Amino acid sequence: MEFNAPAGQNLFDKAKVVGKPTRRIDGPLKTTGTAPYAYERHDVAANQAYGWVVGAGIAKGRIQSMDLGEARAAPGVIAIVAATEHKPVGSSNFNYAPLFGGRDVTHYHQAIAVVVAETFEQARAAAGLIRTRYDRADGAYDLAEHKSASVIGKGYSGETLDEAHGDFDGAFAAAPVTLDQIYTTPDESHAMMEPMATIAAWEGDRLTVWTSNQMIDWGKQSLASILGIPAENIRVDSPYIGGGFGGKLFVRSDAVMAALGAKAAGRPVKIALQRPLIANNTTHRPATIQRVRIGTDKAGRISAIAHECWSGNIDGANGEDGTQQTKRLYAGDNRAIRSYVANLDLPEGNAMRAPGEAVGHLALEVAMDEMAEKLGLDPIEFRVLNEPEAMPGDPATKFSERHLVRCMREGAERFGWAKRQAKPGQARDGRWLTGIGMAAGYRGGPTMKSGARVRLEADGSVTVETDMTDIGTGSYTIIAQTAAECMGVPIERVAVKLGDSRYPVSAGSGGQWGAASSTAGVYAACVNLRRKIAEAVGMDGDAATFADGTIAQGDRSAPLTDAGALSAEGEISFGDFKQGYDIGTYAAHFCEVAVDAYTGEPHIRRMLSVCDAGRILNPLSARSQVIGAMTMAAGSALMEELAVDPRFGFFANHDLAGYEVPVHADIPHQEVVFLDTLDPVISPLKAKGVGELGICGPGAAIANAIYNATGVRVRKYPITLDKLIEGMPTV
Amino acid sequence: MRSFTYERAATPADAAKAVAETKNAKFIAGGTNLLDLMKLEIEAPTHLVDVTRLGLDAVEDTEDGGLRIGALVSNTALSAHPRVRTDYAVLTRAIQAGASGQLRNKATTGGNMLQRTRCPYFYDTNMPCNKRAPGSGCAAIGGFSRSLGVIGTSDACIATYPGDMAVAMRVLDAVVETVKPDGTTRAIPAADLHRLWGDTPHIETALEPGELITHVTLPKPLGGKHFYAKVRDRRSYAFALVSVAAVIQPDGTGRVAFGGVAPRPWRVAEADALLPQGAKAVVDRAFADARPTSDNSFKIPLAQRTLAGVLADAKA
Repeated sequence: MEFNAPAGQNLFDKAKVVGKPTRRIDGPLKTTGTAPYAYERHDVAANQAYGWVVGAGIAKGRIQSMDLGEARAAPGVIAIVAATEHKPVGSSNFNYAPLFGGRDVTHYHQAIAVVVAETFEQARAAAGLIRTRYDRADGAYDLAEHKSASVIGKGYSGETLDEAHGDFDGAFAAAPVTLDQIYTTPDESHAMMEPMATIAAWEGDRLTVWTSNQMIDWGKQSLASILGIPAENIRVDSPYIGGGFGGKLFVRSDAVMAALGAKAAGRPVKIALQRPLIANNTTHRPATIQRVRIGTDKAGRISAIAHECWSGNIDGANGEDGTQQTKRLYAGDNRAIRSYVANLDLPEGNAMRAPGEAVGHLALEVAMDEMAEKLGLDPIEFRVLNEPEAMPGDPATKFSERHLVRCMREGAERFGWAKRQAKPGQARDGRWLTGIGMAAGYRGGPTMKSGARVRLEADGSVTVETDMTDIGTGSYTIIAQTAAECMGVPIERVAVKLGDSRYPVSAGSGGQWGAASSTAGVYAACVNLRRKIAEAVGMDGDAATFADGTIAQGDRSAPLTDAGALSAEGEISFGDFKQGYDIGTYAAHFCEVAVDAYTGEPHIRRMLSVCDAGRILNPLSARSQVIGAMTMAAGSALMEELAVDPRFGFFANHDLAGYEVPVHADIPHQEVVFLDTLDPVISPLKAKGVGELGICGPGAAIANAIYNATGVRVRKYPITLDKLIEGMPTV
Repeated sequence: MRSFTYERAATPADAAKAVAETKNAKFIAGGTNLLDLMKLEIEAPTHLVDVTRLGLDAVEDTEDGGLRIGALVSNTALSAHPRVRTDYAVLTRAIQAGASGQLRNKATTGGNMLQRTRCPYFYDTNMPCNKRAPGSGCAAIGGFSRSLGVIGTSDACIATYPGDMAVAMRVLDAVVETVKPDGTTRAIPAADLHRLWGDTPHIETALEPGELITHVTLPKPLGGKHFYAKVRDRRSYAFALVSVAAVIQPDGTGRVAFGGVAPRPWRVAEADALLPQGAKAVVDRAFADARPTSDNSFKIPLAQRTLAGVLADAKA
């Protein structure tokens, strides 16, 4: 099915299942511990051996030697695959850092061996006996130091990240009110609950990996290119994923080392990447340095806006482009938006939840708050004043749907914004300095081609098969809702099977495109199945209605079981008409904080996000997505930081004790409101994703609230107490 | 983790003897620290002596009105003990500020006193560390040291003692009772249990090889108001950047020990005496010899601010 024009009225506008709060259909499996996650799939292959990945002890250089003798002789060891004895594996479109092989080390904890043994403990013990000697080389690890050698970056489609409209320099110089500030964000780790994990098994030259991966087809194609085998010989299966956040978009060393280990051992091999390896062996969100300049007239109308972002990555790779929201959020004729990348020898930087925007808002939306203060304007009024009617600098591009002002107005009303003291440091509650802040939020609404197979079973139930993944987001349930709606059966009569490369290729989970794309793909398959069913009972599939387990047309009706067992595939693809629109999701985020006047500890009291993301397919799981993202935003604002040691070139705090993410006590109260908007440009369901929108802005709202509470403006994230007490009054 | 042998000791003295006589042996009780370190091969004992069946799990009143705590009393049980809650509230507050419920259920009084540092370089076996590999150097000096020590450190090591419970024990003047491999016993004031690193940061306590903590004894109650203020980047399940254990009397006198700043709970008698003069006087004295890094120099003003908050609460 080609989606070539904005959707008109369709069955989703009279939906009975889609859009209704629906409990996760996979919930019981998860709450009873019976959902099969990758490392626990004991039943899929007999005789599984255990693999332990050894990470390089240097950041850059060459392996001089690896002494494997003692390890090979250790109890239980079946095989060792070592970098010194193995040629480098191939690369793929999705990996920048080499995953294994050869003596060259390009980042700390790069996989240099896998030890396969009868038990986990034996593999781990033997790995400790490998003695590796290195020739260490100098590397570039410090972004600030290497910023001057950076070059203009490239976006996901290869576009140059350098956009200018009008005459920024001239307009900025002429503006009566200006702001020019630098903000920095640190490297961040996905820190998902489930580590990267894979069981690999060979049958002859055919490989199956039971793994934890967000993008099944990308994974299959990547593994083919990395291992040098035909993609059709590979099966990837990943039905349950314990969090990904972008860290599992791509094949990582667990899958590669399990495949190589299984080949060498002649047995299936299972690997869960050890937690201390994850920060440096896998990918992370790169640190940024961001300069924001804003010029306005005296009334607060923006005449000039510039956002420049610097980040670093391993040679030749994309950086963290924090500028995308600045292209859209506010009007202004004179604009300069650029993103630069420096070569760094740190581990690979790659996508992490809302890559770019998650940290871009931490700069732009604090700059907006600072500017509002300079102008003596309320931060919401300043934003409303600069709301654009079309894409700024590109009036031919319309916003498909945009209700940001409504989000801000509704949020202000619900949150009690009117009670905010405009002057910072005024509100006191015992030993606590309290404050309120807000930020706007933007994240794109992309779609990707997505396919599915839908079967009508002989008993009238419906089965959906697609390689779409559920990374904890609720994909199972929204797909079941979509199929139930389209086929006119109760959701209990729909079975959903996901994450297997034997199923039709879907959009997968990433970039906030999964929900919109995969449900549209299921719709496309359902339309085809409806036609087949209608044909079987002598009706017209496009004119018939499907409800209560029956098909009806005119005065005729028949139970679906009359059609017998039938199956249809379908795929949605999205036409070029979208290029005339900018499709995004918008939000207004609010936060109240209390900062301990003595210790400077910043505590969140409550958060609110009002979201504009088209039809919300399942308000229950969508809310969970947004509160999870708000929590992650709180982490990025207040505590998360991979600490770079530029002497050794690694992230020093590489476990969950050293890399702190928020705990329950940090997040007392969260509220999420969805506007009842529809976006006919995005898909037949008029629905957009929200999983990343929720991390775009709340961190800036927290930062602005802390400023409102204390009068201390911290522009270097995370906002930890040491940066606050410097500026707080003595006690 | 390396393979190891295991035995279960029958008496405290047997346990001490077994550890002393077996090369590279360690005691194991709750295992909440040791097992993690063994998995990472930071600790690689070849023999473990299990002390969990030795009794030593009672909390008893002493003749002088104090409390004698068996070394195997869990953190959870100790913090919930009615007399601890009533007479030694600083101890309850300190214990409950640490770790998680599950860990406190397993962690023991004796083991918790001996908790090892959380320096990130100690935790990475690719890095030089004089504590883990004597003579290899200290990667933390000049490195990521935000959480590390500001006083009592040395040119060989800037790690901290990371725990909470021992900070309260220090302010209460607890005494550690031990048994040695030859069966003799001794009493070590909490003040003397943890060594400053000096040139030998791998030797962390005054305990001799094989010497086993059997009890921790608290003197009779101090009265006053009890405080444990723990400052950290997140509100639970994190080690202290700075903590303050204090017992403050109605006349403003009292005692104070600081956690998260030194190789041991940091208490300076001359600084205690300055409590009536306020937080600045106390911290100026207690941290007079501080040698912070640029990453962690904030800990000294933070200690002062945290104590000021405690003293304000004491007056309230």
